[in-house]
Amino acid sequence: MTAVADPVGDRDLGPLQPPGDTTGLFGVARRRYLLKLLVQKELKVRYQASLLGLAWSYLKPLVRFSMYFFVLGLVLDLRGEIPMFALHIFAAMIMVQFFTDTLNAGTKSVIKNKSLVRKMNVPREMFPVASLLVTTYHTGPQYLILIIACLFLGWSPDPDAFAAAVLGIAIMLTISLAVALAFSALNVSFRDFGNFVETIGMLVLWSAPMLYPWEFVAELLGPVGEQIYLANPVAMAVLLNQRAFWVPTVDPDDVTYMPDHLLVHGVVMLVVCVGLVAVAQWIFSRHERAFAEKL
Amino acid sequence: MTESVVVDHVSKQFTLQNARTLKQRLVRRVEGQETNPKFVALDDVSFTVEQGEAIGLMGLNGSGKSTLLKLISGVLRPDSGSVLTRGRIAGLIEVTAGFHPQLSGRENIFLNAAILGMGETEVQGKFDEIVEFAGIGRLLDTPVGRYSSGMFARLGFSVAAAVDSDIFIIDEVLAVGDPPFKKKCIKRIKQVRDEGRTIVFVSHNTTQVKRLCTRAVVLEEGRLGFDGSVADAVHHLRYDDDTDEDGDGGEI
Repeated sequence: MTAVADPVGDRDLGPLQPPGDTTGLFGVARRRYLLKLLVQKELKVRYQASLLGLAWSYLKPLVRFSMYFFVLGLVLDLRGEIPMFALHIFAAMIMVQFFTDTLNAGTKSVIKNKSLVRKMNVPREMFPVASLLVTTYHTGPQYLILIIACLFLGWSPDPDAFAAAVLGIAIMLTISLAVALAFSALNVSFRDFGNFVETIGMLVLWSAPMLYPWEFVAELLGPVGEQIYLANPVAMAVLLNQRAFWVPTVDPDDVTYMPDHLLVHGVVMLVVCVGLVAVAQWIFSRHERAFAEKL
Repeated sequence: MTESVVVDHVSKQFTLQNARTLKQRLVRRVEGQETNPKFVALDDVSFTVEQGEAIGLMGLNGSGKSTLLKLISGVLRPDSGSVLTRGRIAGLIEVTAGFHPQLSGRENIFLNAAILGMGETEVQGKFDEIVEFAGIGRLLDTPVGRYSSGMFARLGFSVAAAVDSDIFIIDEVLAVGDPPFKKKCIKRIKQVRDEGRTIVFVSHNTTQVKRLCTRAVVLEEGRLGFDGSVADAVHHLRYDDDTDEDGDGGEI
């Protein structure tokens, strides 16, 4: 046998410790290279052997947007009630869509990667996080379209608009992460979780001021109901995004209703959502121990 | 000597889930049946592997070998007792687990290497070596779903073997692949062993275990049945009684 260099002897192997990465989201952040490859894999696999490929991620929102605009704007004539109705919908739709896409893909993410979960040692939080990033990748261009449309229509943002935009995105990212993380784990234990997720997706669509203006909600629900409505992170993110893009584009002579102290509400909501990520991580860690045997 | 793998009074049960919905669970409870019948896969198993030692893990089908390997690689966690390891582990529980059939061989090499813990520069540095070892040069840009099962396994082994691991886990990988490739694998495993890395090798093939390992641990229905020299382990398992019909040393 030829003499080989002894790579182990020279190296400090560190202490004895339990195998397996249990550092959760921190472990994911440490292994960004793997995360990047998983996201690339997901994108590639999703569009392989498809006729329209990535175009689907533009086509679907376009069709959805057209339907909303036609039915609500023209048939029910909300266009007369809400100035810049198209922008009102679009600024909201980006947020709602981001949430439901992450919700759907994130919930399935662990099960979809079951061969990896069962046999390889990777931080399992990778999978819901990768779903979130895939959705982010698809949403980026929609934001670009939104900004271009706003500039075209006479967007004159004040400092609050920028703050609202950043807050809205931050809330959407954190709440989506929390939901994807918790639901991907629960979906392993309870396989009928998909039905629950479908229901949530439907609720979210109608519980944010996208297809109707905030003004109607405030009139209908009164001060207490209003606060309950605003406790929904998606509704908050939608309102912030509308504050950022819709409000500053509407002619100042037209009245645009927004909740009072929206930015303060937004900051509180962001803190709550960060807390929810921690809760979701706790749920994930509890269920994760049994992933390999349940899949 | 430093300890590399410490398995300390480890037990693992699996739930045989045949009552899942709320209704079924309730019915079972009312009828006084156990709601979640359990199956004991490992029962109070303890042993220690020193750094640089090569052990063979043997036992009949269903004796708990794979469960134990999954516990050592960190995929499963013990119900009671503890598993401790030192250093980086390259687990080859199933060589092709990390592969996606729709991605090409090239993409899969990068993905699988990253899963096994390699960084970007590390994979790039070893890429040629991996391709060369697997001998798939021509098929590098073909989706691995079109590979033959042997090709698939070769690629999996090549990636795992390229990881600078301190503990190398090999589960029945040599059952696939043609004789020349097997020979190449054995040579590589020997090289890994001589580099002073710890090896946990699962195989029914007594010849291979004898050739590669200095010690064998035998599992019997989830319990530690034997721990000692390979020759004694083979005797303990009565593998040496069998008439070797195909004459290749028990190779399946």
